[in-house]
Amino acid sequence: MRKHSEPEMELEEVAGNGLLHRRIFLNRSLALLGAGGIAGFSGPTAAGVEVRPHWMRAPGAGMSGYGSPSRFEQNVQRTAIASQPGTNGSGVSRTPLERLEGMITPNGLHFERHHSGVPEIEPDAHRLLIHGLVKRPLVFDMNAVVRYPMHSRIHFLECSGNSRANLGKSPPALSCGAIHGLVSCSEWTGVPLSILLDEVGVAPGARWLVAEGADSAAMTRSVPIEKAMDDALLAVYQNGERLRPENGYPLRLFLPGYEGNMSVKWLRRIKLTAGPAMTKDETSKYTDLLPNGKSLQFTFPMEVKSVITTPSAGLALNGPGLYEISGLAWSGLGKIRRVEVSADGGRTWGEAALTEPVLPKALTRFRMAWRWNGGPAVLMSRARDESGTLQPSREQLVAEKGVQFLYHYNAIQAWRVAPTGEVSNVYA
Amino acid sequence: MFTRSLIALAFMSAVTMPHAAEGPDLGREATPAEIAAWELDVMPDGSGLPPGSGTAAIGAGVYASKCQSCHGEQGAGRPNDRLAGGRGTLASTAPVRTIGSYWPYATTVFDYVRRAMPYTKPQSLTDNEVYAVTAYLLYLNGLVGENDAIDARTLPQVKMPNRNNFVPAYTQ
Repeated sequence: MRKHSEPEMELEEVAGNGLLHRRIFLNRSLALLGAGGIAGFSGPTAAGVEVRPHWMRAPGAGMSGYGSPSRFEQNVQRTAIASQPGTNGSGVSRTPLERLEGMITPNGLHFERHHSGVPEIEPDAHRLLIHGLVKRPLVFDMNAVVRYPMHSRIHFLECSGNSRANLGKSPPALSCGAIHGLVSCSEWTGVPLSILLDEVGVAPGARWLVAEGADSAAMTRSVPIEKAMDDALLAVYQNGERLRPENGYPLRLFLPGYEGNMSVKWLRRIKLTAGPAMTKDETSKYTDLLPNGKSLQFTFPMEVKSVITTPSAGLALNGPGLYEISGLAWSGLGKIRRVEVSADGGRTWGEAALTEPVLPKALTRFRMAWRWNGGPAVLMSRARDESGTLQPSREQLVAEKGVQFLYHYNAIQAWRVAPTGEVSNVYA
Repeated sequence: MFTRSLIALAFMSAVTMPHAAEGPDLGREATPAEIAAWELDVMPDGSGLPPGSGTAAIGAGVYASKCQSCHGEQGAGRPNDRLAGGRGTLASTAPVRTIGSYWPYATTVFDYVRRAMPYTKPQSLTDNEVYAVTAYLLYLNGLVGENDAIDARTLPQVKMPNRNNFVPAYTQ
């Protein structure tokens, strides 16, 4: 957490318990902050800091073939890694959201969800077969795939099981990433699926396609043809480099805004069909059980959601003063229109600033200035997307769907700030 | 003059003749034999089910040697997913989701076991073994008899108790 000393000027409250207009950090006020000094950045007087440290007195390291983060950042790791008993590759690892800023997730920290580990696929031996209700079934190798016109789009990917821990009876004592880190955001580059579907020639009566991965679970999901023809991508690159193995190298399906499981990794086969295949992962899993015993099926879009990443559980505020609250908002139904933040447990709300670019179906960074007076505070954020949908409270979501639905949890997150500055997960 | 009319001609043709979308067309046509070798999908109507058959009586042995260490005796679960029982629990505060209590289609059992199980050695069972272990799992859930022959014709006919409790959130 960055902490700023309080400027000697009138602070403009936009909501209760110290939420301020963000212009406090901009222009004129920055100069004031500068004059007063910004805690943590004021430098050479702090004990133990050399004026000319040793890294200025000898040449630094040489070049490297593929760079790595600073060794002082080695504790920034995927978090809450868990796998089915007796396995090490049938589970999840989560993005440490509270350690990152901006909207893009570094490739090495993109969340993982595998159903039978990460296959080591030789790209020259990989093929994509498109068949079923088509005029002519075709096989593509990777050299062929990359000769098609490429599109690049920035989108989030979220596992629909994300944030499930907050369905527990009492709030789990977990970090933001451990609770909400099954979401990441990348620039995905690849070939629109519609181009290859045009080449095979979709036959009349083809309403769905069944996508299969080349992992040892041969993970399979059914996708409606409308989505396939709309914005589905055969992704080859992630943030400029070839897909990481754990993200489907050498080829994955990418369905913007849809639950992550449908963006089948290691894509090897697409079959055009009249109806869904009713695979294990669209019947026994990834269906949302309601209190009346019925289950919602084909709950595809990840709906509007937001979470404050700093401060968040496990982090601590370093004494009263001026802070910037920072978080992420996203919606599988389009752009984020507005994010509001509360510091008093939802009694009053102030509008947060959205960091450009604000893109459809992408993580959107929001920020808000806050003067913490050292008293009790409960921080929350709520987002509204361009479809007009407002993120629900936990109470509303539980009232509607119970606590057994397991997928598509998108309720408001509340973080309590204790007088010591420690932050913890609460239901509010 | 010549250049200008050529440009005019090019412009006219661009406007008047719809340009067909063109891809590089780099796919190689797949043969029926190739497709058959790749194909794994079993649909709810039973299409995609291979020849062969099995019974629960035979499947009990396959299960004991290939499945039980992860899924427990008689599908009781632990360390991994429970596969049997749980009927009538879905609307309770402790729902138990098993093949018998939750899965809407029996064909999915065959499809999943054939493609992904056993976890450490997927696609190692013969089609007859997959039919047999599918029969055994359905038998444990009281859905077929111990000696019923389960095959491409009978499997899609198995009535799954929770079949009508799925509400599609997506409609075309």
